[in-house]
Amino acid sequence: MLCESCQQHEATIHVTQVIGGDSRELHLCEDCAEETGLNVQSVMSLPEILFGMAGGEEDKKALDRRCPRCHMRGSDFKKTGRLGCPHCYEAFSQELNPMLAAMHKGLNHTGKIPVREQKVMETASQLDDLRKKLERAIGTEDYEAAARLRDLIREAGHDAG
Amino acid sequence: MTLDDLIRRPGTWLVPGDDPGIIVSSRIRLARNIDGVAFPGWAGEDECARLQASLLDSLSRMKALQPCLALDMAGLSLVDREFLRERHLISNELAQKSKGSSLVMREDEVLSVMINEEDHLRLQAMRPGFHLAALWSEIDALDSELEQAVHFAFSPSVGYLTACPTNVGTGLRASVMVHIPGLRLLNEVDPIIKGLTKIGLAVRGLLGEGTEASGNMFQISNQTTLGESEPVIIERLEQIVAEIATHEKNARARLMEQRASHVRDSVGRAYGILSHARVLSSREMLDMLSGLRLGCELGMIKGLEMGDINRLMLYTQPGHLQKAEGRTSNPDERDEMRARLVREAVRRATLIEG
Repeated sequence: MLCESCQQHEATIHVTQVIGGDSRELHLCEDCAEETGLNVQSVMSLPEILFGMAGGEEDKKALDRRCPRCHMRGSDFKKTGRLGCPHCYEAFSQELNPMLAAMHKGLNHTGKIPVREQKVMETASQLDDLRKKLERAIGTEDYEAAARLRDLIREAGHDAG
Repeated sequence: MTLDDLIRRPGTWLVPGDDPGIIVSSRIRLARNIDGVAFPGWAGEDECARLQASLLDSLSRMKALQPCLALDMAGLSLVDREFLRERHLISNELAQKSKGSSLVMREDEVLSVMINEEDHLRLQAMRPGFHLAALWSEIDALDSELEQAVHFAFSPSVGYLTACPTNVGTGLRASVMVHIPGLRLLNEVDPIIKGLTKIGLAVRGLLGEGTEASGNMFQISNQTTLGESEPVIIERLEQIVAEIATHEKNARARLMEQRASHVRDSVGRAYGILSHARVLSSREMLDMLSGLRLGCELGMIKGLEMGDINRLMLYTQPGHLQKAEGRTSNPDERDEMRARLVREAVRRATLIEG
């Protein structure tokens, strides 16, 4: 697949951009991705996205990768079917998510939430809201509002911390 | 109260409920883990022991668990383990564990918690009869009390994080034990099991995972834990089990209409063997007890309560036999002890000629 932007290089960066309720797929080469301001370092490259699904080398990499917290390797999980620690879900989410999707009814928890987490999630969604408003304020060059929002974000972030 | 006191009374879940017939018991368990701590299968022995101590401390303070009994797996004999497993208080997996794992239970055995089984915590609520909604509110209350004392591993996207991805999300497994001899006699059990598997329910034998069905007892439980809320999972299971119970009732009615002598024959043979056998294996007894249970429910046997049958089913299992005798015994001795216990109980009952 060629890069959507320059139509010259192979697209190696695949991103799903969610704006409001709409999501859009972007397929870009590394240069164009950097130009659009995407932090290429933190974006999954194609090999990593297909990690565990493609055969050969990539599977091998997945098997050798370790969870940074508990040091369990992909191959340990493959052997026992059990993860090493709660953080493994994040560390191996690429391999786990397709598995969870096949095993369960969707990928989103819709059940009970511990009260502690509810508070964290509320703050996170409030922060999210404020950040969006801030972006809009900057976009419309309403710097007074932007300054007020920035203070609110700082406060909310501080409370959460 | 100690472990030895438990033998003197039947498990609460075996005292028959208000509908002691087809639905024998209901159970809900929740898998929970502590944030930032490796799962028991991956953590070292010391890490498990440290967590065990701190969880024991937290659990012993839970109001929902009072009066509470805590048992360290390291201090339990093989017979004790077998005994607790037969009472559904510990799983096959916990029965294999020793240092670092514990069972904490409310004395009435309705609520219990396994520490360091596959997950750090496995909360369980169990009652006789068909009471999933009530069990959910009981176990939900214990869980809510516990989350104030410990920090559960939780992700906003995939929910409660568990050692095995099959339990992630709600961490909830609801299961109901049903006794369906009518469907068995009509050869309708296999298609039902296939159908249940297709709609995401699991079917297991009497003693849970990896055990075969004996005595026409089956455990039906939800398979998926992520993507649906607890009430949705529970309601669906409730609905399906209610349907199975109706099928079983219909099957019995059909059998009595078309093959009454076959049914009377099964019940009569069960009564005959149980009241005269001198050597009785666990397997044979469970199968015969199923016939006896059916006979009681169809009014073909008098003088025996459903509670008596439940008690027999429990107290004739190897762990219970040995615990009651206060000594270990070999399978041959147990087959004789079992036959004696059953004989004494069943001889008090009479078979109604029809």
